[in-house]
Amino acid sequence: MRRGLLRYFVRRTAFAALLVLVVSSAAMLLADLAPGDAFSGFDLDPAVAAAERHRLGFDRPFVAQYGSWLGRAMRFDLGESVKYRRPVVELVAERSSKTALLGATALILATVVGIPAGIFTGSRRTLLTRATSAASLVILSVPSLVTSFGLLLLASRTGWLPVGGFSGGADGSFWLTTGRYLVLPAIALALPIAATLERLQSQALNDALADPSVRAAVARGCSERRIVWRHAFRLSLTTVLAIYGVIVGTVLSGSFAVEIVTSWPGLGALMFEALVARDLFLVAGCAAVGAMLLAGGILLSDIALAVADPRLEELA
Amino acid sequence: MIPAPRGTALVPGRRRRIGGLTLCGLLTALGVLGPWITGHRPGDQFGEFVYAPPSAPHIIDADGRLRAPFIYPLVLEDRLERRYAQDRQHPTPLRWFRRGALVSTDEPSQPWFPLGTDALGRDQLARLAGGTRLSLGVALAGALGALLIGALAGSVAGLAGRPVDDAVMRAADFVIALPAVYVVLALRAAMPLVLSTSQVFWTISLVLSAVGWPFAARGVRAVVASEKAREYAEAARAIGATRTRLLLRHLLPATRGFLAVQTTLLVPHFVLAEATLSFVGLGFGEPSPSWGAMLREAGQGRALVEAPWLLAPALAIVAAALAVHLSVGPQPHALRADRL
Repeated sequence: MRRGLLRYFVRRTAFAALLVLVVSSAAMLLADLAPGDAFSGFDLDPAVAAAERHRLGFDRPFVAQYGSWLGRAMRFDLGESVKYRRPVVELVAERSSKTALLGATALILATVVGIPAGIFTGSRRTLLTRATSAASLVILSVPSLVTSFGLLLLASRTGWLPVGGFSGGADGSFWLTTGRYLVLPAIALALPIAATLERLQSQALNDALADPSVRAAVARGCSERRIVWRHAFRLSLTTVLAIYGVIVGTVLSGSFAVEIVTSWPGLGALMFEALVARDLFLVAGCAAVGAMLLAGGILLSDIALAVADPRLEELA
Repeated sequence: MIPAPRGTALVPGRRRRIGGLTLCGLLTALGVLGPWITGHRPGDQFGEFVYAPPSAPHIIDADGRLRAPFIYPLVLEDRLERRYAQDRQHPTPLRWFRRGALVSTDEPSQPWFPLGTDALGRDQLARLAGGTRLSLGVALAGALGALLIGALAGSVAGLAGRPVDDAVMRAADFVIALPAVYVVLALRAAMPLVLSTSQVFWTISLVLSAVGWPFAARGVRAVVASEKAREYAEAARAIGATRTRLLLRHLLPATRGFLAVQTTLLVPHFVLAEATLSFVGLGFGEPSPSWGAMLREAGQGRALVEAPWLLAPALAIVAAALAVHLSVGPQPHALRADRL
């Protein structure tokens, strides 16, 4: 491996690790600062509540709690959820795989639709490209929260797709069932992202067409297809790849609303339950795993960017 | 044929901008006119008209003749199924400026619900208008707060030396990398769950400012850092202007174009954030009619299937985003600091 690339990779990995650490610590602190705790909501026997608090260590000062949590987290023990009475690691692993599945599907869907559409609208100007651009500007303005409501309405009217209530799929046909339930939330999540990618790719390709190297190719008499795909698209790749690091965050943000509306049992829904129930360890665990997904996505996009554009190594 | 490159595909053209500004105007009018449009307040309940469907105004009557605008009154056909029918025999004329309303019917027993009613028989249009005030208000307050914090952080970073600059900008990059909805959610959840409407308003605005400031700070820093090397700034320093004066009189005014665009671009995100918060029950609650709170009702039970008109606030959210995207363009990078 080239040295510059290695240094760049190390730096970005350090950033990812920092992200996970800061986010989970901040979530823990916030959940601790919140008024009340997991045992204050119900008319629980004060003696029982005190005993439970003592067993889980909630009666110790925050710094001590945080220290022991961090120590155990290094050994993949994220504590026990008060609400579910199960180890946080199990819960979080179960739910985050669902969110990762939803997010990855949506991202692939958005890329497969958005990028070719952007190349199409960026490389020529006809009535059809104008219509596509206008449509994508409108879709860009429709957030996943609204799209999932719309699709839910459509699905419940037509009966084409199952509505809500996904619980993991029956045995045997696990992937089939999961796939059927996945369609609706994945489309809702993917649509605004596809539109963003289309607009961005369109603009990037257009900018690339103004590049002297592309103009030179035009002057040499290269075919249109060769100019667009071989010269302009490769130039536009850096701009588009750079946005993927941001889009990973958008996917996580968007998946929260989608998960709640379509009852997809993902990490967002779990985090929300944990926050409302003041389930300290579960909040921190969800935040840690969410940050890991985010950091992993950003890291992947950084690496892709560095591979596509060697100039970045010099900046690192 | 390869088209000649357009330099400014993301900066909207004239027609788009007019469309966007029209939408802005419509939303503003909806918020300002509020309860005076149909004369119903957002909280007014009409027990006889639970889940009444929207009724459109007509100008052509059953005989095909042109008439002044009128509606066909709704008659409850089946109380259990909440099925309504239009009474075609008794068209009720609509009057302008009667009974403290812009448009209303003459008879109090036959109120007009242009967008239907919800589970408590409340006028959806009146609630949507009230929600416009709350939702756009929170988003605007949050955007202004983000602008203030961002301008402060950005100018400090732009004027101060390397270590401060680095620290502020790293913090900004960090906040931008986080998924905003979760940050908002966690910050909001850290506060008491039950708050009054005005407390919710200011809490959400503050939380939104805390998430939005880095976007303003980045641009302000870039502009301040480049402008301070210009001759006019040099001249101001030479005649003895203090750093504060230099900043307030000379450098910050140079960022206003960027700040105006950035603030506008934050609004759709903040509208969505408020809607998401209220939708999950951490924002405005009953009886406040914010767009998110209204969506919450639409998401409950079979409301969505039985009364799809409850999705009107979803359309309002889209309209707000579209208005901004049409008038300013969808992407922040469309206006780079160096182009100002």
